[in-house]
Amino acid sequence: MNKRTFVKAMAAALMAGFMSVEALALDNLTIIAPAKPGGGWDQTARAMADVMQAGGQAKAVTVENVAGAGGTVGLAQFTDKNKGDGNALLVNGLVMVGAVLTNKSPVSLTDTTPIARLTGEYEVVVVPANSPHKTLADLTAALKADIGSVAIGGGSAGGTDHILAGLIAQAAGADAAKLNYVPFSGGGEALAAIMGGHVAAGISGYGEWEGQIKSGELRALGISAGAKVEGIDIATLKEQGVDVELANWRSVVAAPGITDDQKKELVAAVDAMHASDAWKKVLADKKWIDLYMSGDEFGAYLASENDRVTGVLKTIGLVQ
Amino acid sequence: MNALEQLLQGFAGAITLENLGWSLLGVTLGTFIGILPGIGPALTIALLLPITGYLEPTSAFIMFGGLYYGAMYGSSTTSILLNTPGESGSIITAIEGNMMARSGRGAPALATAAIGSFVAGTIGTLLLTFFAPVVVKLAIAFGPAEYFALMILAFTTASAMLGSHVYKGLTSLALGIALGLIGIDELTGQVRLVFGYAQLLDGIDLVVVAVGLFAVGECLYVASRKELREVTVEAVGGSLWMTREDWRRSWKPWLRGTALGFPFGALPAGGTEIPTFLSYFFEKKLSRRPEEFGKGAIEGVAGPEAANNAAVAGVLVPLLSLGLPTSATAAILLVAFQQYGLQPGPQLFVNSGPLVWTLIASLFIGNAMLLVLNLPLVGLWVKLLRIPQPLLYGGILVFSTLGVYSVNRSTFDLGLLFITGLMGYLMRRFDFPVAPCIIGLILGPLAEQNLRRALSISQGDWSVFITHPISLVLLILSVIMLLLPVFWKPRTA
Repeated sequence: MNKRTFVKAMAAALMAGFMSVEALALDNLTIIAPAKPGGGWDQTARAMADVMQAGGQAKAVTVENVAGAGGTVGLAQFTDKNKGDGNALLVNGLVMVGAVLTNKSPVSLTDTTPIARLTGEYEVVVVPANSPHKTLADLTAALKADIGSVAIGGGSAGGTDHILAGLIAQAAGADAAKLNYVPFSGGGEALAAIMGGHVAAGISGYGEWEGQIKSGELRALGISAGAKVEGIDIATLKEQGVDVELANWRSVVAAPGITDDQKKELVAAVDAMHASDAWKKVLADKKWIDLYMSGDEFGAYLASENDRVTGVLKTIGLVQ
Repeated sequence: MNALEQLLQGFAGAITLENLGWSLLGVTLGTFIGILPGIGPALTIALLLPITGYLEPTSAFIMFGGLYYGAMYGSSTTSILLNTPGESGSIITAIEGNMMARSGRGAPALATAAIGSFVAGTIGTLLLTFFAPVVVKLAIAFGPAEYFALMILAFTTASAMLGSHVYKGLTSLALGIALGLIGIDELTGQVRLVFGYAQLLDGIDLVVVAVGLFAVGECLYVASRKELREVTVEAVGGSLWMTREDWRRSWKPWLRGTALGFPFGALPAGGTEIPTFLSYFFEKKLSRRPEEFGKGAIEGVAGPEAANNAAVAGVLVPLLSLGLPTSATAAILLVAFQQYGLQPGPQLFVNSGPLVWTLIASLFIGNAMLLVLNLPLVGLWVKLLRIPQPLLYGGILVFSTLGVYSVNRSTFDLGLLFITGLMGYLMRRFDFPVAPCIIGLILGPLAEQNLRRALSISQGDWSVFITHPISLVLLILSVIMLLLPVFWKPRTA
């Protein structure tokens, strides 16, 4: 596929040389995935590249990986090198909001130009099959009684899983500052710790543990969606009286310092991509939930998520 | 013999011209990326993920499996001949293997590595076939407390590599532990020792340090010494093939290495490196000629090479039977399964039995293919050593630089490579062993994280390390290991 993309890119570049530039299509769009190949951000960037080239929203798209530190290495490079560049997008998401804060990154997402929220995934709270916690209420009662004794395992410190653990503890009326969250590197280690009963509960994206939930090795106590998700037979946290909603969203932003016209052009291109059948097929194939929201609406959402994450990370003592 | 029947059906599925072709492509590609330092199987499979859109799942997994095994073979070749480990699992191989190569025994070293890898890969795949459920139980029984005890045990093995001056070895170990502290602290997200360099936030890449300390350090040292520059290495001294004596000294280490490697691969925080340390340690302790270690003992190549290949087979156990990835490569393989809408786990054997058994059968085939490919090449590979020293070491420098740069295309990594290279030079110049530094870098962070996780779960109660039975046993073993040399001296031949 890389070769095919390359050939297409070459062809598009040659054509652009001979023909006049079409009005709506971006010329040489660069999409930066601030992670290594294979992960969610990388897959999003590559899927966008395919769909936008095929759909004519962009003539040639190059995907670049700039990995490191929850995406903050890519973010710093993007805001510096691509400043004022109307042909570049950076894939990012909720994880980056937390990483900016915990890593004390000098640049944050508010330094970029918001374009659109694309997809997301909801988080599940699970316990091992033989756990004494049969329901979410059992778990929140235990949290309220003695939060320190309920070790919750999940991904990296300050990441989505950790944020959700903090939000649930707060909503349950427990002392969230004493939250006993145990971060593991990668889903495998956390999964083993939960299945082996080394921690009391675990939090992760639904997709990652779907197999173990379906086979009954893990019991899902709740999902962090706003309303029941089609095809997933798990009650939401809200339905069970824990007023928390959290999506691990992924979005794209443009460089700082671009003109209003450039921003409009990018938003229009991404809007058109989202409306295409090819994108719908990508969503279905990869089981990504469509959480589309673009332009100023997304700008306001990004700011509010930034505030919410900052608040919870301060409460659990990760950020001063 | 239900499993056996299904395995035979798997062979029937795997032995088609097309699937053999994919297997050949996988092992060849794997050998190549194994040779190149930096690029590993995880990254390569990640880059190949888009082909899942065009290939049958069976063909894709046959290729990926071959690639995974192949990388381990390729990496041992450069470790032995050029002292440049391509993957972290063959760092230990470089210690004895390169010494053997320099005394004209490169060919037997390569042969024992290849045959050992074949033996370990085959036994590992057999264990995967028949004992997956038992191994899975063991993997899950390990929590943070058990891991911490395991790391302590692994630390004691460093004593086999401290060299002639214990204080110099410990300094090197401490240096490695300090390097391991660099980056974001996993447990609190706090930044440590990065001095304002964002590129250091994710910590220092093990392969960069290994290549810097071993390969670059070596090049600088050789270049600085007139007497070394003019030495011509005898490429083949004595037999090209393994002698009867070599076989006699290799077979037990192969089996012991396999026994250590396989369960480690199945552990979520096990990896391919730690069993190679343990294997090296045991071989040195059990050898009748411990004085040969550090000068080119064949057991020190045979054991660790078997261990890292068996670990690769071990990784597949929790991946296939639980959907539990225990290495970076396994995590990418899991993504590949999901691309096909398959969910590894108990259901996989039920829903996609033929696919799984064909994959397992193709691992046997890929392993045999690697042996057939590698053994005849041994004679060709050792000719590399006939290249005059300046050209050979110049080539190693180009090769290491290229490999490290290709991973992230980062000039920062290159700077890091040459700084660690300079460090490796100084350590050689002043007679500090480099291996303990690598051990510290690998084990330090794992020990720290698991200690803190265990204490977080127990709410600060240190007794967890002795109340958990597995942890207690491991700690007692560590004490025995440390006291062993005091009370028991191995017989000398």
